[in-house]
Amino acid sequence: MSAATQVFEGGFTDTVLNSQEIFRALMDAMANPGRVVSVGDLAIAPSPLTSVTASIAATLFDHDASVWCDKPILASDDAIGWLKFHTGLVVTGNPSEADFALISDVEAMPSFDSFAKGTSEYPDRSTTLILQIADFDGPQKLTLKGPGIKDIEVFAPSQLPKMFMEQWAANRGAFPRGVDLIFAGQGALAALPRTTRISKKEA
Amino acid sequence: MTELATYNFAYLDEQTKRMIRRAILKAIAIPGYQVPFASREMPMPYGWGTGGVQVTAAIIGPKDTLKVIDQGADDTTNAVSIRAFFQKVANVPVTTRTTEATIIQTRHRIPETALAAGQTLVYQVPIPEPLRFLEPRETETRKMHALEEYGLMHVKLYEDIARHGHIATTYAYPVKVEGRYVMDPSPTPKFDNPKMHNSPALQLFGAGREKRIYAIPPYTEVVSLDFEDHPFEIQTFSQPCALCGAKGSYLDEVILDDKGGSMFVCSDTDFCEERQAAGHRGELSAPQAEAAE
Repeated sequence: MSAATQVFEGGFTDTVLNSQEIFRALMDAMANPGRVVSVGDLAIAPSPLTSVTASIAATLFDHDASVWCDKPILASDDAIGWLKFHTGLVVTGNPSEADFALISDVEAMPSFDSFAKGTSEYPDRSTTLILQIADFDGPQKLTLKGPGIKDIEVFAPSQLPKMFMEQWAANRGAFPRGVDLIFAGQGALAALPRTTRISKKEA
Repeated sequence: MTELATYNFAYLDEQTKRMIRRAILKAIAIPGYQVPFASREMPMPYGWGTGGVQVTAAIIGPKDTLKVIDQGADDTTNAVSIRAFFQKVANVPVTTRTTEATIIQTRHRIPETALAAGQTLVYQVPIPEPLRFLEPRETETRKMHALEEYGLMHVKLYEDIARHGHIATTYAYPVKVEGRYVMDPSPTPKFDNPKMHNSPALQLFGAGREKRIYAIPPYTEVVSLDFEDHPFEIQTFSQPCALCGAKGSYLDEVILDDKGGSMFVCSDTDFCEERQAAGHRGELSAPQAEAAE
Protein backbone atom coordinates (compact mmCIF):
# COMPACT_ATOMS: atom_id res chain seq x y z
CA MET A 1 0.00 0.00 0.00
CA SER A 2 1.38 3.42 -0.87
CA ALA A 3 1.89 6.03 1.82
CA ALA A 4 -0.93 8.22 0.52
CA THR A 5 -3.44 5.38 0.59
CA GLN A 6 -2.49 4.57 4.17
CA VAL A 7 -3.34 8.10 5.19
CA PHE A 8 -6.75 8.20 3.56
CA GLU A 9 -7.92 4.67 4.27
CA GLY A 10 -8.68 2.80 7.44
CA GLY A 11 -11.23 5.14 9.00
CA PHE A 12 -14.47 3.92 10.56
CA THR A 13 -16.64 2.15 8.03
CA ASP A 14 -19.72 3.45 9.84
CA THR A 15 -18.74 6.74 11.48
CA VAL A 16 -21.89 7.04 13.55
CA LEU A 17 -22.29 3.56 14.98
CA ASN A 18 -18.59 2.70 15.24
CA SER A 19 -17.82 5.80 17.26
CA GLN A 20 -20.85 5.11 19.46
CA GLU A 21 -19.54 1.60 20.10
CA ILE A 22 -16.07 2.82 21.00
CA PHE A 23 -17.45 5.61 23.16
CA ARG A 24 -19.61 3.19 25.15
CA ALA A 25 -16.51 1.08 25.75
CA LEU A 26 -14.68 4.22 26.94
CA MET A 27 -17.58 5.27 29.17
CA ASP A 28 -17.81 1.76 30.61
CA ALA A 29 -14.04 1.77 31.23
CA MET A 30 -14.01 5.23 32.83
CA ALA A 31 -17.00 4.38 35.06
CA ASN A 32 -15.41 1.07 36.10
CA PRO A 33 -11.69 1.81 36.56
CA GLY A 34 -9.40 -1.05 35.63
CA ARG A 35 -12.12 -3.01 33.83
CA VAL A 36 -10.73 -4.32 30.54
CA VAL A 37 -13.36 -3.68 27.86
CA SER A 38 -13.06 -5.53 24.55
CA VAL A 39 -13.45 -3.54 21.35
CA GLY A 40 -13.27 -4.56 17.72
CA ASP A 41 -10.62 -3.38 15.24
CA LEU A 42 -12.89 -0.73 13.77
CA ALA A 43 -10.22 1.63 12.43
CA ILE A 44 -6.83 0.84 10.90
CA ALA A 45 -4.11 3.47 11.09
CA PRO A 46 -0.45 3.51 10.04
CA SER A 47 2.24 2.46 12.54
CA PRO A 48 2.94 3.26 15.32
CA LEU A 49 -0.79 3.74 15.93
CA THR A 50 -2.64 0.53 16.77
CA SER A 51 -6.20 -0.13 15.80
CA VAL A 52 -7.58 0.57 19.27
CA THR A 53 -5.65 3.85 19.57
CA ALA A 54 -6.89 4.89 16.14
CA SER A 55 -10.48 4.03 17.10
CA ILE A 56 -10.26 6.09 20.29
CA ALA A 57 -8.78 9.00 18.32
CA ALA A 58 -11.55 8.82 15.72
CA THR A 59 -14.15 8.74 18.50
CA LEU A 60 -12.91 11.63 20.63
CA PHE A 61 -10.84 13.98 18.44
CA ASP A 62 -11.96 16.81 16.18
CA HIS A 63 -11.06 20.43 15.49
CA ASP A 64 -12.03 21.30 19.07
CA ALA A 65 -9.49 18.90 20.58
CA SER A 66 -5.83 19.85 20.92
CA VAL A 67 -3.66 16.76 21.06
CA TRP A 68 -0.05 16.28 22.10
CA CYS A 69 1.65 13.35 20.34
CA ASP A 70 4.84 11.67 21.47
CA LYS A 71 7.96 11.43 19.27
CA PRO A 72 7.35 8.09 17.53
CA ILE A 73 3.91 9.30 16.38
CA LEU A 74 5.15 12.76 15.39
CA ALA A 75 8.00 11.16 13.44
CA SER A 76 5.57 9.25 11.28
CA ASP A 77 4.09 11.46 8.55
CA ASP A 78 1.62 8.70 7.81
CA ALA A 79 0.36 8.47 11.38
CA ILE A 80 0.00 12.23 11.76
CA GLY A 81 -1.52 12.47 8.29
CA TRP A 82 -4.04 9.76 9.19
CA LEU A 83 -5.02 11.52 12.41
CA LYS A 84 -5.42 14.86 10.64
CA PHE A 85 -7.40 13.45 7.74
CA HIS A 86 -9.74 11.30 9.82
CA THR A 87 -10.26 13.46 12.89
CA GLY A 88 -9.23 17.04 12.06
CA LEU A 89 -7.43 17.28 15.40
CA VAL A 90 -5.24 20.23 16.40
CA VAL A 91 -1.70 18.99 17.07
CA THR A 92 -0.02 20.93 19.85
CA GLY A 93 3.62 20.91 20.91
CA ASN A 94 2.78 22.06 24.42
CA PRO A 95 1.62 19.19 26.65
CA SER A 96 0.35 21.58 29.33
CA GLU A 97 -2.22 22.95 26.86
CA ALA A 98 -3.36 19.64 25.44
CA ASP A 99 -6.86 18.19 25.85
CA PHE A 100 -5.48 14.78 24.97
CA ALA A 101 -2.05 13.18 24.72
CA LEU A 102 -1.36 10.25 22.42
CA ILE A 103 1.50 8.17 23.77
CA SER A 104 2.89 5.21 21.87
CA ASP A 105 6.06 4.74 23.93
CA VAL A 106 4.80 4.64 27.51
CA GLU A 107 8.19 4.08 29.16
CA ALA A 108 9.66 7.20 27.56
CA MET A 109 6.70 9.51 28.18
CA PRO A 110 7.05 12.81 30.05
CA SER A 111 5.90 12.97 33.65
CA PHE A 112 2.20 13.57 34.48
CA ASP A 113 3.30 16.99 35.73
CA SER A 114 4.05 18.12 32.17
CA PHE A 115 0.38 17.88 31.24
CA ALA A 116 -2.59 20.08 32.07
CA LYS A 117 -4.16 19.30 35.44
CA GLY A 118 -6.98 21.83 35.17
CA THR A 119 -7.59 24.57 37.72
CA SER A 120 -9.37 24.38 41.06
CA GLU A 121 -12.36 26.15 39.49
CA TYR A 122 -12.23 24.11 36.27
CA PRO A 123 -10.58 20.74 37.02
CA ASP A 124 -12.06 19.44 33.75
CA ARG A 125 -9.56 21.51 31.76
CA SER A 126 -7.02 18.75 32.07
CA THR A 127 -5.25 16.39 29.71
CA THR A 128 -6.58 12.89 29.13
CA LEU A 129 -3.60 10.64 28.42
CA ILE A 130 -4.09 7.83 25.94
CA LEU A 131 -1.41 5.23 26.55
CA GLN A 132 -0.84 2.62 23.89
CA ILE A 133 0.24 -0.66 25.47
CA ALA A 134 0.60 -4.28 24.36
CA ASP A 135 -1.91 -5.99 26.64
CA PHE A 136 -3.45 -6.18 30.11
CA ASP A 137 -1.44 -9.14 31.31
CA GLY A 138 1.61 -7.37 32.69
CA PRO A 139 3.92 -8.61 35.43
CA GLN A 140 3.01 -5.86 37.92
CA LYS A 141 -0.47 -6.36 39.30
CA LEU A 142 -2.07 -3.23 40.72
CA THR A 143 -4.91 -3.22 43.23
CA LEU A 144 -7.47 -0.50 42.56
CA LYS A 145 -10.04 1.06 44.87
CA GLY A 146 -12.30 4.08 44.56
CA PRO A 147 -15.44 5.27 42.80
CA GLY A 148 -16.65 2.82 40.17
CA ILE A 149 -15.11 -0.17 41.95
CA LYS A 150 -17.31 -2.33 44.16
CA ASP A 151 -14.63 -3.91 46.32
CA ILE A 152 -11.28 -4.07 44.58
CA GLU A 153 -10.17 -4.41 40.99
CA VAL A 154 -6.88 -5.94 39.87
CA PHE A 155 -5.27 -4.24 36.90
CA ALA A 156 -2.08 -5.29 35.15
CA PRO A 157 -1.20 -3.19 32.09
CA SER A 158 1.86 -4.51 30.24
CA GLN A 159 3.57 -1.12 30.36
CA LEU A 160 3.45 1.67 32.92
CA PRO A 161 5.01 5.13 32.98
CA LYS A 162 8.24 5.52 34.94
CA MET A 163 7.81 6.00 38.70
CA PHE A 164 4.14 5.27 38.18
CA MET A 165 3.17 4.70 41.82
CA GLU A 166 4.76 7.96 42.97
CA GLN A 167 3.37 9.92 40.03
CA TRP A 168 -0.10 8.49 40.55
CA ALA A 169 -0.08 9.22 44.28
CA ALA A 170 0.76 12.85 43.47
CA ASN A 171 -1.98 12.93 40.82
CA ARG A 172 -4.49 11.46 43.28
CA GLY A 173 -3.37 13.93 45.91
CA ALA A 174 -4.11 16.89 43.65
CA PHE A 175 -7.79 15.88 43.32
CA PRO A 176 -10.01 17.36 41.90
CA ARG A 177 -7.19 18.50 39.63
CA GLY A 178 -5.26 15.82 37.76
CA VAL A 179 -4.93 13.76 34.60
CA ASP A 180 -7.01 10.74 33.58
CA LEU A 181 -5.52 7.74 31.79
CA ILE A 182 -6.95 5.63 28.99
CA PHE A 183 -5.05 2.44 28.17
CA ALA A 184 -5.31 1.20 24.60
CA GLY A 185 -4.30 -2.45 24.47
CA GLN A 186 -4.69 -5.11 21.80
CA GLY A 187 -8.40 -5.42 21.08
CA ALA A 188 -9.33 -3.89 24.42
CA LEU A 189 -9.16 -0.71 26.42
CA ALA A 190 -9.26 0.34 30.08
CA ALA A 191 -9.15 3.57 32.04
CA LEU A 192 -7.90 5.04 35.29
CA PRO A 193 -9.75 8.22 36.27
CA ARG A 194 -8.01 10.52 38.75
CA THR A 195 -10.20 9.24 41.61
CA THR A 196 -8.72 5.73 41.68
CA ARG A 197 -6.49 4.74 44.60
CA ILE A 198 -3.77 2.32 43.54
CA SER A 199 -1.52 0.00 45.50
CA LYS A 200 0.85 -2.74 44.39
CA LYS A 201 -0.58 -6.18 44.75
CA GLU A 202 1.54 -8.48 46.90
CA ALA A 203 2.72 -11.41 44.83
CA MET B 1 -38.53 4.23 -4.36
CA THR B 2 -36.94 7.39 -3.08
CA GLU B 3 -36.11 7.53 0.58
CA LEU B 4 -36.81 10.73 2.41
CA ALA B 5 -33.86 12.25 4.19
CA THR B 6 -33.68 10.94 7.74
CA TYR B 7 -32.14 12.29 10.90
CA ASN B 8 -28.61 11.39 11.84
CA PHE B 9 -28.78 8.46 14.27
CA ALA B 10 -30.01 9.84 17.62
CA TYR B 11 -30.68 13.29 16.13
CA LEU B 12 -27.45 15.07 17.14
CA ASP B 13 -24.67 15.62 14.63
CA GLU B 14 -21.44 13.74 15.25
CA GLN B 15 -19.39 16.75 16.29
CA THR B 16 -21.93 17.59 19.00
CA LYS B 17 -21.89 14.00 20.20
CA ARG B 18 -18.08 14.06 20.46
CA MET B 19 -18.23 17.28 22.48
CA ILE B 20 -20.84 15.80 24.85
CA ARG B 21 -18.95 12.50 25.07
CA ARG B 22 -15.75 14.27 26.08
CA ALA B 23 -17.71 16.12 28.78
CA ILE B 24 -19.26 12.84 30.03
CA LEU B 25 -15.83 11.18 30.41
CA LYS B 26 -14.60 14.20 32.40
CA ALA B 27 -17.76 14.18 34.52
CA ILE B 28 -17.26 10.51 35.41
CA ALA B 29 -13.62 11.17 36.30
CA ILE B 30 -14.58 14.01 38.69
CA PRO B 31 -17.73 12.72 40.46
CA GLY B 32 -20.19 15.48 41.36
CA TYR B 33 -18.32 18.22 39.49
CA GLN B 34 -20.36 20.14 36.91
CA VAL B 35 -18.63 20.04 33.53
CA PRO B 36 -19.63 22.91 31.21
CA PHE B 37 -20.72 21.81 27.74
CA ALA B 38 -22.02 23.53 24.61
CA SER B 39 -25.68 22.61 24.98
CA ARG B 40 -27.60 22.65 21.70
CA GLU B 41 -31.05 23.79 20.73
CA MET B 42 -33.25 20.72 20.75
CA PRO B 43 -36.63 20.24 19.08
CA MET B 44 -38.34 20.80 22.43
CA PRO B 45 -38.25 23.73 24.81
CA TYR B 46 -35.78 24.13 27.65
CA GLY B 47 -37.34 22.66 30.74
CA TRP B 48 -38.58 19.63 28.83
CA GLY B 49 -35.45 17.64 29.46
CA THR B 50 -33.10 18.92 26.77
CA GLY B 51 -30.06 18.17 28.95
CA GLY B 52 -31.09 14.60 29.58
CA VAL B 53 -32.06 14.16 25.92
CA GLN B 54 -28.63 15.34 24.76
CA VAL B 55 -26.85 13.00 27.16
CA THR B 56 -29.03 10.08 26.10
CA ALA B 57 -28.52 10.93 22.41
CA ALA B 58 -24.74 10.96 22.89
CA ILE B 59 -24.56 7.55 24.56
CA ILE B 60 -27.39 5.53 23.01
CA GLY B 61 -26.77 2.83 20.40
CA PRO B 62 -28.75 0.17 18.55
CA LYS B 63 -28.00 -2.39 21.29
CA ASP B 64 -29.71 -0.28 23.94
CA THR B 65 -33.22 -0.51 25.33
CA LEU B 66 -34.58 2.81 26.53
CA LYS B 67 -37.01 3.58 29.33
CA VAL B 68 -38.17 7.13 30.03
CA ILE B 69 -39.94 8.19 33.21
CA ASP B 70 -41.47 11.45 34.32
CA GLN B 71 -42.02 11.64 38.09
CA GLY B 72 -41.79 7.86 38.11
CA ALA B 73 -44.46 7.38 35.44
CA ASP B 74 -43.90 5.93 31.97
CA ASP B 75 -47.16 7.29 30.63
CA THR B 76 -47.10 11.04 31.27
CA THR B 77 -46.51 13.69 28.61
CA ASN B 78 -42.80 14.27 29.02
CA ALA B 79 -41.96 10.57 29.18
CA VAL B 80 -44.16 9.65 26.23
CA SER B 81 -42.83 12.42 23.99
CA ILE B 82 -39.17 11.74 24.76
CA ARG B 83 -39.65 8.02 24.27
CA ALA B 84 -41.35 8.68 20.94
CA PHE B 85 -38.52 11.06 20.00
CA PHE B 86 -35.87 8.37 20.43
CA GLN B 87 -37.99 5.76 18.66
CA LYS B 88 -38.14 8.14 15.72
CA VAL B 89 -34.55 9.40 15.60
CA ALA B 90 -32.68 6.32 16.83
CA ASN B 91 -35.15 3.52 16.21
CA VAL B 92 -34.13 1.82 19.45
CA PRO B 93 -36.26 -0.66 21.37
CA VAL B 94 -38.13 0.95 24.26
CA THR B 95 -39.62 -0.54 27.38
CA THR B 96 -41.45 0.45 30.52
CA ARG B 97 -39.83 -2.33 32.55
CA THR B 98 -37.01 -1.06 34.74
CA THR B 99 -35.17 -4.37 34.64
CA GLU B 100 -35.19 -4.57 30.82
CA ALA B 101 -33.78 -1.11 30.18
CA THR B 102 -30.09 -0.38 29.60
CA ILE B 103 -30.64 3.38 29.64
CA ILE B 104 -33.30 5.01 31.81
CA GLN B 105 -33.89 8.70 31.28
CA THR B 106 -35.64 10.19 34.26
CA ARG B 107 -37.31 13.35 35.32
CA HIS B 108 -37.21 13.64 39.09
CA ARG B 109 -37.44 10.04 40.29
CA ILE B 110 -35.25 6.99 40.71
CA PRO B 111 -37.12 3.72 40.02
CA GLU B 112 -38.19 1.70 43.07
CA THR B 113 -36.76 -1.49 41.57
CA ALA B 114 -33.06 -1.60 42.42
CA LEU B 115 -30.87 -0.75 39.44
CA ALA B 116 -28.27 -3.23 38.21
CA ALA B 117 -24.67 -2.96 37.07
CA GLY B 118 -24.50 -1.99 33.40
CA GLN B 119 -27.58 0.22 33.53
CA THR B 120 -27.25 3.97 33.03
CA LEU B 121 -29.63 6.43 34.65
CA VAL B 122 -29.82 9.80 32.86
CA TYR B 123 -31.34 12.64 34.88
CA GLN B 124 -32.96 15.75 33.45
CA VAL B 125 -31.72 18.64 35.55
CA PRO B 126 -33.21 22.15 35.67
CA ILE B 127 -30.74 23.92 38.02
CA PRO B 128 -27.51 21.94 38.42
CA GLU B 129 -25.87 24.33 40.89
CA PRO B 130 -26.89 23.45 44.47
CA LEU B 131 -25.59 26.80 45.71
CA ARG B 132 -27.39 28.89 43.08
CA PHE B 133 -30.28 30.05 45.28
CA LEU B 134 -27.82 31.00 47.98
CA GLU B 135 -25.30 32.74 45.70
CA PRO B 136 -26.44 33.86 42.25
CA ARG B 137 -22.99 34.60 40.79
CA GLU B 138 -21.42 31.73 38.86
CA THR B 139 -17.90 33.11 39.53
CA GLU B 140 -18.59 32.88 43.27
CA THR B 141 -20.16 29.41 43.27
CA ARG B 142 -17.20 28.17 41.17
CA LYS B 143 -14.87 29.50 43.84
CA MET B 144 -16.93 27.97 46.62
CA HIS B 145 -16.70 24.55 44.96
CA ALA B 146 -12.97 25.07 44.35
CA LEU B 147 -12.35 25.90 48.00
CA GLU B 148 -14.82 23.27 49.22
CA GLU B 149 -16.59 26.13 51.00
CA TYR B 150 -19.99 24.64 51.71
CA GLY B 151 -20.80 26.39 54.97
CA LEU B 152 -23.60 28.34 53.31
CA MET B 153 -25.44 25.14 52.45
CA HIS B 154 -25.33 24.04 56.08
CA VAL B 155 -26.60 27.47 57.11
CA LYS B 156 -29.55 26.98 54.77
CA LEU B 157 -30.37 23.59 56.31
CA TYR B 158 -29.90 25.11 59.77
CA GLU B 159 -32.35 27.90 58.95
CA ASP B 160 -34.85 25.20 58.02
CA ILE B 161 -34.47 23.78 61.50
CA ALA B 162 -34.68 27.21 63.14
CA ARG B 163 -37.89 28.00 61.27
CA HIS B 164 -39.64 24.64 61.08
CA GLY B 165 -38.01 22.53 63.76
CA HIS B 166 -36.72 20.07 61.19
CA ILE B 167 -34.94 20.12 57.84
CA ALA B 168 -37.84 21.10 55.58
CA THR B 169 -36.04 20.56 52.27
CA THR B 170 -37.94 17.69 50.67
CA TYR B 171 -36.63 17.59 47.11
CA ALA B 172 -33.35 18.56 45.41
CA TYR B 173 -31.85 17.70 48.77
CA PRO B 174 -28.09 18.43 48.57
CA VAL B 175 -25.65 15.53 48.67
CA LYS B 176 -21.88 15.28 49.01
CA VAL B 177 -20.25 12.99 46.49
CA GLU B 178 -17.18 10.96 47.48
CA GLY B 179 -16.46 13.41 50.28
CA ARG B 180 -15.70 16.30 47.91
CA TYR B 181 -18.34 18.00 45.77
CA VAL B 182 -21.73 19.10 47.03
CA MET B 183 -24.17 18.20 44.28
CA ASP B 184 -27.80 18.80 43.41
CA PRO B 185 -29.44 15.42 42.77
CA SER B 186 -31.98 17.26 40.55
CA PRO B 187 -35.47 17.77 42.01
CA THR B 188 -35.93 14.14 43.00
CA PRO B 189 -37.73 13.71 46.31
CA LYS B 190 -35.21 13.17 49.11
CA PHE B 191 -36.85 9.76 49.42
CA ASP B 192 -34.62 8.73 46.49
CA ASN B 193 -31.33 10.10 47.84
CA PRO B 194 -30.28 6.85 49.57
CA LYS B 195 -30.67 5.01 46.24
CA MET B 196 -27.86 7.12 44.76
CA HIS B 197 -25.38 5.89 47.34
CA ASN B 198 -23.27 2.96 46.13
CA SER B 199 -25.62 2.36 43.21
CA PRO B 200 -24.32 -0.31 40.81
CA ALA B 201 -25.64 1.82 37.93
CA LEU B 202 -23.88 4.77 36.31
CA GLN B 203 -25.73 8.04 36.95
CA LEU B 204 -25.41 10.89 34.44
CA PHE B 205 -26.97 14.33 34.86
CA GLY B 206 -27.70 16.72 31.99
CA ALA B 207 -28.79 20.34 32.36
CA GLY B 208 -29.61 21.74 28.92
CA ARG B 209 -30.43 25.37 29.63
CA GLU B 210 -27.67 25.68 32.24
CA LYS B 211 -25.19 23.81 30.00
CA ARG B 212 -23.76 21.44 32.58
CA ILE B 213 -23.14 17.69 32.71
CA TYR B 214 -22.19 15.82 35.87
CA ALA B 215 -22.01 12.22 36.94
CA ILE B 216 -21.84 9.68 39.73
CA PRO B 217 -19.91 6.52 38.79
CA PRO B 218 -21.17 3.18 40.10
CA TYR B 219 -20.32 2.30 43.72
CA THR B 220 -19.67 5.89 44.74
CA GLU B 221 -20.30 7.38 48.14
CA VAL B 222 -23.24 9.80 48.08
CA VAL B 223 -24.12 11.33 51.46
CA SER B 224 -27.11 13.60 52.11
CA LEU B 225 -26.03 16.63 54.14
CA ASP B 226 -27.36 16.75 57.69
CA PHE B 227 -26.51 17.48 61.31
CA GLU B 228 -25.69 15.07 64.14
CA ASP B 229 -28.79 16.13 66.08
CA HIS B 230 -30.94 16.39 62.94
CA PRO B 231 -29.96 13.38 60.87
CA PHE B 232 -31.16 12.99 57.28
CA GLU B 233 -34.54 11.30 57.04
CA ILE B 234 -36.63 10.26 54.08
CA GLN B 235 -40.36 10.78 53.70
CA THR B 236 -42.65 8.10 55.13
CA PHE B 237 -46.27 7.50 54.24
CA SER B 238 -48.99 6.58 56.68
CA GLN B 239 -50.86 4.34 54.24
CA PRO B 240 -49.85 1.83 51.58
CA CYS B 241 -50.41 2.32 47.84
CA ALA B 242 -54.17 2.20 47.11
CA LEU B 243 -53.64 0.09 43.99
CA CYS B 244 -50.88 -2.39 44.82
CA GLY B 245 -50.67 -2.17 48.59
CA ALA B 246 -46.94 -1.46 48.53
CA LYS B 247 -45.48 -0.11 51.74
CA GLY B 248 -42.26 1.81 51.54
CA SER B 249 -42.60 3.08 47.97
CA TYR B 250 -42.92 6.76 47.10
CA LEU B 251 -46.59 7.75 46.75
CA ASP B 252 -48.38 10.42 44.73
CA GLU B 253 -51.67 11.89 45.86
CA VAL B 254 -54.38 11.60 43.23
CA ILE B 255 -57.51 13.75 43.62
CA LEU B 256 -60.66 11.68 43.12
CA ASP B 257 -63.53 14.18 43.35
CA ASP B 258 -64.33 17.76 44.30
CA LYS B 259 -65.25 16.82 47.86
CA GLY B 260 -61.72 16.40 49.13
CA GLY B 261 -61.44 12.73 48.31
CA SER B 262 -58.04 11.47 47.24
CA MET B 263 -55.98 8.33 47.02
CA PHE B 264 -52.27 7.63 47.33
CA VAL B 265 -50.63 5.53 44.64
CA CYS B 266 -47.07 4.55 43.74
CA SER B 267 -45.36 7.24 41.70
CA ASP B 268 -43.37 4.49 39.95
CA THR B 269 -45.99 3.11 37.54
CA ASP B 270 -43.86 0.16 36.42
CA PHE B 271 -43.25 -0.92 40.02
CA CYS B 272 -46.97 -0.62 40.80
CA GLU B 273 -48.07 -2.52 37.68
CA GLU B 274 -45.56 -5.31 38.26
CA ARG B 275 -46.87 -5.71 41.79
CA GLN B 276 -50.49 -5.75 40.64
CA ALA B 277 -49.60 -8.32 37.97
CA ALA B 278 -48.09 -10.42 40.74
CA GLY B 279 -51.44 -10.34 42.52
CA HIS B 280 -50.91 -7.59 45.07
CA ARG B 281 -54.01 -5.51 45.72
CA GLY B 282 -54.66 -2.19 47.44
CA GLU B 283 -57.81 -0.93 49.08
CA LEU B 284 -59.06 0.85 45.93
CA SER B 285 -58.13 -1.86 43.43
CA ALA B 286 -60.75 -2.99 40.99
CA PRO B 287 -62.31 -6.28 42.06
CA GLN B 288 -60.19 -9.24 41.06
CA ALA B 289 -60.75 -9.91 37.34
CA GLU B 290 -62.10 -13.32 36.48
CA ALA B 291 -58.88 -15.14 35.78
CA ALA B 292 -60.46 -18.01 33.89
CA GLU B 293 -62.21 -15.94 31.21
